[in-house]
Amino acid sequence: MSIQPTFLITDLLFFALTISLIAFVFVVRKRPHLSRPWSQVLKSTTGSVSLMILLFYYAIALVDSVHFHPRVAQATESQYQYSSEVHSLLDVLMTPMRSRMEKTFSAPLATHSFAKEMMQNEAGQLQRDYPRLNYGGAHLAQPEDQKAADIISISLQASAQALFYWALIWLFMLWLYSQRNNQGLATLLANVLKAKTTYPLRAIAITSAVLMLLTVVSMQLGQHYHLFGTDKVGQDVFYQAVKSVRTGILIGVLTTLITLPLAILLGALAGFFRGWVDDVIQYIYTTLNSIPHVLLIAAAVLLLQVYMSGHADDFDSLTERADLRLLFLCLILGITSWTGLCRLLRAETFKLREMEYIQAAEAFGVSKFKILMRHVMPNFMHIVIISVVLDFSGLVLAEAVLSYINIGVDPSMNSWGNMINQARLEMARDPIVWWSLSAAFVFMFTLVLFANLFADVVRDALDPRVVRGEQ
Amino acid sequence: MSAYIIRRMLYAIPILIGINLITFVLFFVVNSPDDMALMQLGSKHTTELQIEDWKRERGYHLPLLYNAEQSGLAAVTETIFYQKSAKLFVFDFGSSDSGRDIGYDISQRMWPSLALAIPTLLVGLLVTITLALTIAFFRGTYIDYWAVIICVALISISSLFYIIGGQFLIGKLLKIVPISGFDTGLHALKFMILPVLIGIVGGIGSNTRWYRTIFLEEINKDYVRTARSKGLSEQMVLFKHVLRNALIPILTGVVVVLPLLFMGSLLTENFFGIPGLGSYTIDAINRQDFAIVRAMVFLGSVLYIIGLVLTDISYTLVDPRIRLS
Amino acid sequence: MTVRKISLALCCTGFFAFLVACSDQGLNNPYRDNDSASSIIYSSFSERPKELDPVKSYNAGEYEFIAQIYEPPLQYHFLKRPYQLVPLAATRMPEKQFFDATGALLPEDVDPKQVAYTEYTVTIQSGIRYQPHPAFSKDAAGEFHYHQLTPADLQNINKLADFESVASRILTAEDYVYQIKRLAHPNLHSPLAGLLSNYIRGFKDYRSDVLTQLDRQETWLDLRQIAMSGVEVLDQQRYQIRVEGVYPQFIYWLSMPFFAPIPWEADRFYSQQGMAERNISFDWYPVGTGPYMLTENNPNLRMVLSKNPNFHGELYPTEGEPGDAERGLLQDAGKPLPFVDRIEFSLEKESIPYWNKFLQGYYDTSGISSDSFDQSVELNSRGEFGLSDEMIERDIKMSSAVATSLYYLGFNMLDPVIGGDSERARLLRRAISIAVDYDEFISIFRNGRGEPAQGPIPPGIFGFEEGQAGINPYVYDWQKGSLKRKSIQQAKQILTDAGYANGIDQESGKPLILYFDTVSRGADSKALLNWMVKQFAKLDIQLVIRTTDGNRFMDKLDKGTFQIYQLGWNADYPDPENFFFLLYGPNSMALSKGQNYSNYQNPNYDRLFDKMKAMENSPERLRIIREMNAIVRADAPWVWSFYPKQYSLNHAWYQNVKPNLMANNTFKYRRVDAAKRAQMRKEWNDAVLWPVYALFLLLLLSIVPAIISYRKRELARGL
Repeated sequence: MSIQPTFLITDLLFFALTISLIAFVFVVRKRPHLSRPWSQVLKSTTGSVSLMILLFYYAIALVDSVHFHPRVAQATESQYQYSSEVHSLLDVLMTPMRSRMEKTFSAPLATHSFAKEMMQNEAGQLQRDYPRLNYGGAHLAQPEDQKAADIISISLQASAQALFYWALIWLFMLWLYSQRNNQGLATLLANVLKAKTTYPLRAIAITSAVLMLLTVVSMQLGQHYHLFGTDKVGQDVFYQAVKSVRTGILIGVLTTLITLPLAILLGALAGFFRGWVDDVIQYIYTTLNSIPHVLLIAAAVLLLQVYMSGHADDFDSLTERADLRLLFLCLILGITSWTGLCRLLRAETFKLREMEYIQAAEAFGVSKFKILMRHVMPNFMHIVIISVVLDFSGLVLAEAVLSYINIGVDPSMNSWGNMINQARLEMARDPIVWWSLSAAFVFMFTLVLFANLFADVVRDALDPRVVRGEQ
Repeated sequence: MSAYIIRRMLYAIPILIGINLITFVLFFVVNSPDDMALMQLGSKHTTELQIEDWKRERGYHLPLLYNAEQSGLAAVTETIFYQKSAKLFVFDFGSSDSGRDIGYDISQRMWPSLALAIPTLLVGLLVTITLALTIAFFRGTYIDYWAVIICVALISISSLFYIIGGQFLIGKLLKIVPISGFDTGLHALKFMILPVLIGIVGGIGSNTRWYRTIFLEEINKDYVRTARSKGLSEQMVLFKHVLRNALIPILTGVVVVLPLLFMGSLLTENFFGIPGLGSYTIDAINRQDFAIVRAMVFLGSVLYIIGLVLTDISYTLVDPRIRLS
Repeated sequence: MTVRKISLALCCTGFFAFLVACSDQGLNNPYRDNDSASSIIYSSFSERPKELDPVKSYNAGEYEFIAQIYEPPLQYHFLKRPYQLVPLAATRMPEKQFFDATGALLPEDVDPKQVAYTEYTVTIQSGIRYQPHPAFSKDAAGEFHYHQLTPADLQNINKLADFESVASRILTAEDYVYQIKRLAHPNLHSPLAGLLSNYIRGFKDYRSDVLTQLDRQETWLDLRQIAMSGVEVLDQQRYQIRVEGVYPQFIYWLSMPFFAPIPWEADRFYSQQGMAERNISFDWYPVGTGPYMLTENNPNLRMVLSKNPNFHGELYPTEGEPGDAERGLLQDAGKPLPFVDRIEFSLEKESIPYWNKFLQGYYDTSGISSDSFDQSVELNSRGEFGLSDEMIERDIKMSSAVATSLYYLGFNMLDPVIGGDSERARLLRRAISIAVDYDEFISIFRNGRGEPAQGPIPPGIFGFEEGQAGINPYVYDWQKGSLKRKSIQQAKQILTDAGYANGIDQESGKPLILYFDTVSRGADSKALLNWMVKQFAKLDIQLVIRTTDGNRFMDKLDKGTFQIYQLGWNADYPDPENFFFLLYGPNSMALSKGQNYSNYQNPNYDRLFDKMKAMENSPERLRIIREMNAIVRADAPWVWSFYPKQYSLNHAWYQNVKPNLMANNTFKYRRVDAAKRAQMRKEWNDAVLWPVYALFLLLLLSIVPAIISYRKRELARGL
């Protein structure tokens, strides 16, 4: 075997989460009263488009979570040696971009370095000029004349490919659909084009076309150029930005996941049993909530550093250390954010408890535990979901700020916060190095924007009390 | 009323004790004073003896919770817990690990933080309420639709970008205001423009959207319909009824953050070199000055609790229906 | 509402118009307008100084302030190179006499082994006066005004300026002795105490003497009453220091603020109850005799040094290095110092605003960070650094100097794999020395601002040799008059000889994994660590990076539980001893808590070190240094990384600038052409206001569709 699979703690949690999400989808599909609000989400154009984009990000994160040690090339046949480095499936997919290091900065799609260097020209004289890049546009003999044409032709070819496969897939899917519903393919197509389907198929199709185009074109261009340029040590910025997706997504989802059980359990207990249980739980979350979050996080991360350096031998590689720090950051972010949800759930349980059916169940002597599990919890799940979705974007943004104060994820980890933190210093250059900052901005903004839009749609669908503009 | 306030205050005491315990555990049990000494003294020519001296001078040589060498009350008071943590209750912050008086520093640095936070809050409130009311006026039209989209887009931009972008554009390219710095008195004005502007722009997205929701909630209430059916013009309805009633949730939302204004803004102050409490905190984190971080954690918590009490009181003031229970 | 918006827009426009009208210096001037024409130096600091007390202060940032205020007996000559000590407060260089154990005077050229102690006699100038300070103030009866303050007296006192009456006093030799005693004071934690207790006679005992006295007495301890056996006041102008054995480097310490005078009155004054709580202490208000005094101390914002009215006067040096006259550095020769009335330091934490303010003319001088490098500097066709056109257009001048510092990648010599005296480990270290390509490092991370190091001695220090004579033959070849790093193939061959062919340990068959411990938390660290891993990968060695915080890192060094680390060293004084001692066996970290973090032990080297240390610079000393260099190059306990180069940019109006890496008290030589500065600032800071107006116009225009739709709706309602 040429690889040795390895699982980081966050990978395992992430897979577990993914599996439970899929299970959740199946459960919901079977129950009409649960699936109704979700189908409402999917029926809205904003909802389904945002969901698609979020799923796209999620898929990148998932691919980036399959980790392994590659085999060391020079090891003998009989004895496999594995590198201590950890790679992911995404690294393999993006191989040329990962390994193609330039010397230092270069602009997006450039063929020459951003900084001048001493070189010998053909006449043998020393002169100072912009050197050619090792990889960016290296296949061109006359980059000045050929570059534009080359980029256009690669993009066009890639677009054609992308659109061809896209059309093929969609036609196939629509054909399947028409077969099942006994509908003519032509009518269905017409309906899609006129946006007359129940679900906004046209918007979904367009979104998928855009995503496919962007993916294929950027991957194809990335084979020959640095799409977003290179950073100070010549690393591909596009690669970094894509690798940061996993960090962003993980911070967004794991944080809530880790502390969700705590919030649900304590919230339900406090609201259900009242009395001293309520007092204690209220006391805990008020106390935690009173401490300024940034400071609590700072204190906890400082402590983690102390712990990790005290137990340095427990962590084999930089990746594992970074991973543990990420997990810990999720944990501590979770501790600072579960209190809000807990308070909401407590209030909701309070209300539910007064409901007649629960009073009745109690009168029939159903055990308290059963009432909690069967009657209370399912009825406040919509609040949990809304809160998870709403928190997501805030957490992604928080990562950037925390990294700036040096209490975010490990500096060795790819993350938008670290990218911004590094790129910020480059703004003083003239001409300025804008691409690192822009790449981080574009990737992060897209994720957060669609997460926010999705959250709005979900809230509208799930929360019966919401105001929906003018009636 | 005063009985209620006193009761609320008393309720805050166990919370403060809890916070105190948490910070104590975080800062003394997990981290040893030896680490702090080495950090502060530096590594050039440092000896064991110096570390001992350093700890003695700052009182870190004492045992954590119980001093077996002392008898009676002193066994409890001659400990790190009593000397360092319990004293926070009377706002005796002691001195920082580098030897400065924290209380004095806080009293000095509070003012720049306030000078930045108060105009940001007030002007921001004015701007966002105006915008939200305008959007509410055009509810249901394309203006409303796009305004909400723009708000969501504004929320989705990291605050770091606002600061970096603002400094670059206005400070460097346009040269309208000094890029960073601060001064005392009226001279501070020119330094405040940019950070305040960035603070306001950064808050427009979320606040406008939130206020719009509040306004729409009010608009859909029965009394508004009554007012409209009386033949009042739309402007009159909005200004006289909706605005006045919506201000209650808006202002009580503001009251809770009022005390926290003292703490300053971590990012803005650091980027612009404003000597407030925010940059004080960041410095302390970066220097790992645990005494200051501990003091700031406690101060922040106290201010937050004050905010909660103020909110409760303001609720009862504006809405007599809420009973003081 | 529209009316309101329009009026808001008008208000804002009016406000900007007002701003434009009332400022003749550009809207973005961070200083008060009325200062623009005065003779002020504008500088900055990035972190509040921790200590301003000369007994504790030990870093460049703090010296920037206190070196202008305190005057130790000696200083470095401003212009001459190599660095040369000259008298500052002293009238001449200290006299040195050797004595044996019985106290008999020995001749000057005696063998160092016979010397029991050396006696230095320092004579200071007469008539030097302290800056005005309340501690000196006396009433008509000759009693000190402020030495017996009660809590009631301090009621309305918050800063030093709140004391109304100030006075001065003549400097005496006793003040210098007083400070030396303070260095030994156990409660003051002087960073030098450990070192000096090995050298100054009676320094160690003094500590315990003070401790016993402290137990007896609560209030201020008059150190004049407790004698230190090795330090003695001879008369008003002279004092003596007895140093164990021969330690020629001792006089370098006499140029540092550690040996500045402290008047006992000030110590008495600051030690009163209630002063420390008000931050009235040596840490906030230094008391010196130098050209400047600290008049504003607001470390959150600004520190201001102003001319000391009592300054005794000093003249600009009349001779310098060849070429200094051409550079205009001798134009002010013989003129009385200082030239500038005030020095303003502003707090500037972030590098971007700092650099931009420099370009706008609001700072007089700037270092070149690696990010602003390309903008400011260009290599010319001969491969030398020159200023870029943009900088030349602004009439900015550049000065550069190779710092007397060294960065190195150290190996732990106690480690079983990488350390030790075995040939195998030595070859491994040499292979790594070649593979870790610091030439590339300098060009990527420092934009060429550095020189690849060839050994422990940086340029500017006695014993450094240029050219072929000075190269490290284990890493470099000398080809056609320039350095050439050995190829990676050669490194691989050495590695194979060491028994690690292709990075696989031939004995165990396992791949070689090495650990690199580092403190890296900043934004740049990731790139740096990636680079480091890449270097080792060239030899197929896997490098595992362990990042820790500062504490733990020092702890690891302390215990010797590490393999590879990276550190730097700044010279305390320009003598090779200050670098070689980092590899001196008895100075090992694990054994004796010294600064030899690599725990390098080589009896030959140690013997040579002892000999070299006691010598004055001479051809014989150079011979020994060469021998020592050869030993450490062969053993390779460190990868000699690079000697950093410092570049600084200065505006044309900022004159008499010559980088001096040893002297810190150079502000007194500076001259500022304030009129030119005011004019340039005005020229460079024309605010671009049209986008603001455009924005308002856009806002106004955006109201139009709103009005239209409003009208439509009103109309619809009406129907």
